[in-house]
Amino acid sequence: MIITKPRDWARINAELDSIGARRVFVMGCGQCATVAGTGGEPEVLRAKAILEQHGREVTGWAIGEVTCHSGGMRSEVRKHHGDVETADAVLVLSCGAGVQTVADLTGKPVFPGLESAFLGNVVRHGMFEERCQMCGECVLGVTGGICPVTTCPKGLLNGPCGGMWGGKCEVLTDRECTHVRIRRRLAAQGRTVGGALAPKDHSKKLKPGSVNLRAEKAAKHAADTRPEHGTPGADTKGGQR
Amino acid sequence: MSRLRDALQAGRFVVTGEVAPPLGTDLSGLERSVELLGPWCEALNVTDNQGATLHLSSLAASRALLEMGAEPIFQQTCRDRNRLALQSDLLAAWTFGLENLLAVTGDDPRHGDHPEAKGVFDIDSTHLIGIAKGMNDGHDMIGRELDGDTDFFVGGALFPEAEPWDIAMERAEQKVRAGAQFFQTQAFFDPEALGRTVERMHAIGAKVIAGVLVLRSPRTIDFINNRLAGLMVPEHVSRRIKGAADAKEEAIAFATEQVRIAREFADGVHVMPLGLDARVPEILGGAGLRPRG
Repeated sequence: MIITKPRDWARINAELDSIGARRVFVMGCGQCATVAGTGGEPEVLRAKAILEQHGREVTGWAIGEVTCHSGGMRSEVRKHHGDVETADAVLVLSCGAGVQTVADLTGKPVFPGLESAFLGNVVRHGMFEERCQMCGECVLGVTGGICPVTTCPKGLLNGPCGGMWGGKCEVLTDRECTHVRIRRRLAAQGRTVGGALAPKDHSKKLKPGSVNLRAEKAAKHAADTRPEHGTPGADTKGGQR
Repeated sequence: MSRLRDALQAGRFVVTGEVAPPLGTDLSGLERSVELLGPWCEALNVTDNQGATLHLSSLAASRALLEMGAEPIFQQTCRDRNRLALQSDLLAAWTFGLENLLAVTGDDPRHGDHPEAKGVFDIDSTHLIGIAKGMNDGHDMIGRELDGDTDFFVGGALFPEAEPWDIAMERAEQKVRAGAQFFQTQAFFDPEALGRTVERMHAIGAKVIAGVLVLRSPRTIDFINNRLAGLMVPEHVSRRIKGAADAKEEAIAFATEQVRIAREFADGVHVMPLGLDARVPEILGGAGLRPRG
């Protein structure tokens, strides 16, 4: 899940003041930000109270079921249309993805109420750790299921670096060095690191990422229905759509 | 030709030293260090934004050293540059006449003077060693042929007392497979660990230059133990220097003993004077070495 942290209220207020926003609609997120304890109902109500303390009127509030989901949010925004319309701004307590969804759907000045931190594992209730950076080229199969890209503070594919001491990390000195962990786990499984891992292919992770299953499906369908495949001809393709 | 490579290949015990480029453009400090260390050292390491703190680039300072008549060991870290920049700087280094390379990972920026900086680490030190070797073979890291190749003498860093020791050695072996020809070690304190490290590296054909630090004051020792990554001054050494009537003199005596031990086990000694450059001749001479002929 996406881990978010509270945003400095001085910044939130300064941004709202920058457009002279007196009336604010607050949107939370029922998914990640709820679990992270940053954008669920209690936090939205707290935000409402703080906004009111600062002399702003809260026209309404809602918790989007999944605030980054455009389809779901379209109906959520429609449900609160009046309250959103009368607001000068929308404050969104979600990750940056959710903030942008709300911005696209409302057309209102939208302000982030949280800081997006990382893709996190829920280690225990209320304890989140970054284990994956979504690098687009997974190495976990050869690193014993421990990601060096993410859990080594330097993101080194090959290690340990020279700062390792007593098996501990140079940067986060209370933690075991990721590369020591990798080598120990592999050894316990009767495996070894083997050769050095090649430099990361950053072209696998170009911004902005985009996946379009519909286009892929359509392309596959088009290929499958070509005459040489012995299935219906080109003229039926249009009809099937 | 790299004097350092020649000496090591001829089996001569080598001395390397270290100079720190200035934070600024005044090269007179470098000049003083070169005057003091140059006559004793086959080559001098030129650090690359050491400790993740801003300094004149290693490339420029290495070139300056060459002009001052010293042989530099151009240090490159992977912290501040991506693969394009590292490769073009390597090509630049060769055109400048820099023949020795020490490829290291680099300290994390959050421990330096610009903690807001992004640590690049696009590639790691093993990759960088491999790239330099590739350039020696006439191609860049994606295999494109170079119009004019290099002939770097390529080194890496090694930590003879790092634990788990086997993992540290496996890592060093990885660097040798990538193309490292020599190692310069972090300061050693345990002769036995140095001995077995050298033995293991010799078995795969790599030379080892043992690091000796001049632990000039109790404050220096505390700084190393609390702030410097990958190094700890053992209690008995710390006690000896801190407890001495004159800590600085004791540190000189200790460094001299360490150089003698290095002569017994290693292919050379790398002296890190931590500002006590003027005392280096005394340390090396005291250990039975002479200025370069």
